[in-house]
Amino acid sequence: MLQLSMNPAATIQHLGRFVIEKTEQWGRAWIFLYRTILALLKPPYRPYLYLTQLQEIGVNSTLVIALIGLFTGAVLAVQGEYTLSKFGANAYTGPAVALSLIRELGPVLTALMVIGRAGSAVTAEIGIMRITEQIDALRSMAVDPMKYLMAPRFAAGVVAMPLLCGIFNVVGIFGGYIVAVGLLGLSSGTFMTQITSAVGFVDVYSGFIKATVFGMIFGWVSCYKGYTCGFGAQGVNKATTQSVVTASVAVLIVDYFLTSVLTRVFME
Amino acid sequence: MISVRNVYKHFGPQVVLDGVSIDIEPGKSTAVVGPSGVGKSVLLKLIMGIMQPDAGEIYIGGENITTARSESKKNKIRRSLGVLFQSAALFDSLTIFDNIAFPLRARGGSNSLRMHSKVCDVADSLSLTPYLRNYPEEVSIGIRKRVGMARALITEPKVLLVDEPNTGLDPLDGQEVYDLINACKTQWGFTGLVISHELPEVFQVSDRVAMILGGKIIAEGSPADMTASINPAVQQFLNGRTDGPIKIQ
Repeated sequence: MLQLSMNPAATIQHLGRFVIEKTEQWGRAWIFLYRTILALLKPPYRPYLYLTQLQEIGVNSTLVIALIGLFTGAVLAVQGEYTLSKFGANAYTGPAVALSLIRELGPVLTALMVIGRAGSAVTAEIGIMRITEQIDALRSMAVDPMKYLMAPRFAAGVVAMPLLCGIFNVVGIFGGYIVAVGLLGLSSGTFMTQITSAVGFVDVYSGFIKATVFGMIFGWVSCYKGYTCGFGAQGVNKATTQSVVTASVAVLIVDYFLTSVLTRVFME
Repeated sequence: MISVRNVYKHFGPQVVLDGVSIDIEPGKSTAVVGPSGVGKSVLLKLIMGIMQPDAGEIYIGGENITTARSESKKNKIRRSLGVLFQSAALFDSLTIFDNIAFPLRARGGSNSLRMHSKVCDVADSLSLTPYLRNYPEEVSIGIRKRVGMARALITEPKVLLVDEPNTGLDPLDGQEVYDLINACKTQWGFTGLVISHELPEVFQVSDRVAMILGGKIIAEGSPADMTASINPAVQQFLNGRTDGPIKIQ
């Protein structure tokens, strides 16, 4: 933690120590990511481990993602119809819902939900394995924990996130449709036709690119925080909180840069 | 079989091991004893190659684990080790059968029928057959230690490392673990290193004993030599007195 003092020399010393500590932490985190990707690529491959994690991180998140997607789409329809009707453009409620979901809210909300649900669990699980010497036990048995624990979780995050995002988008548009057509009286044909004419493949795959990157952030941060957690229950508690906060903030920051880059790339 | 040569390790300003040397002959067992926090478990982690010493060398079966740079080179050396951890360190998500079978599965090359029969044989010799379908949290700590021992021995290691064998056990369960170590040593004939602070109980599984204090080996010899030692720290530790050269922190 950065401490400021009235003594300039002490302040510079604290600042220097803070910068060194943070640089060291960043370095360790990047090396961890490099080792995880390396472990992912090296044989032997154990499909069972990957499928188990895909079940834990992906399949078990489906219901909550669908539920959030449904209500997000419904809220977007209400808000979109209200705003667009001020300009006499409420026929465009469908594209407003679909584009908001596919380009932005789908990937971001899916990532935040998966980080909250599965990221905390991954960090806690690896953290507990660390403090109860289970990771040391793996190493003593000549099993690489990067390959056995981190690579399957990382890969599952990268694969599951776009798939969950797809479910979020489809269910979200369905939620928007129910509200816009069923409750607000928009024509079903208008809602769907406007979506198909306004939404292009560019929007869909820019959303999926984002979801894939968010999946990497999820796997990287949640595994790293678990692997480097401190001692005891407090250490695991702190690591879990840090994991959720760091990954969520990283998703939102990276989202801005990705949106800027992808919009520019695909607009050209 | 195990040779620890002039090993140094410090954490920040704290010097944990200050030029420690121990040699363990093949088939013999050495107990490393000392009060809590003197670096016994650190020594064990250095031998396993989980930590790197600041200086010094550690040989296992003639192979230097401290200079093995990559994990794969260290893993080759680790294959000759079996480790019983302080808390047994069983995998919570696996049944006791799967915990025992884990090292065989991780190494591959053994067909499932042969693996199954090997796990059953080891489980039978350690009286674990009734618990094979249970999960670690469903059995007592004493049984977990036995499972840890079965997992350590399933690959027939040349070296068995044991960290605090009877932590958290009542005296009967503690004695059972010592009996188990002796029985397994007779059956499998490994070289043993036992880390403990339990004196004189640990003498029954040791051919030699080394006591660590202040980062150094302050006394070494047979259990009889240790009992007869005139070193005041050894006597204080043996007799469990609070007055003496060992300061309680």
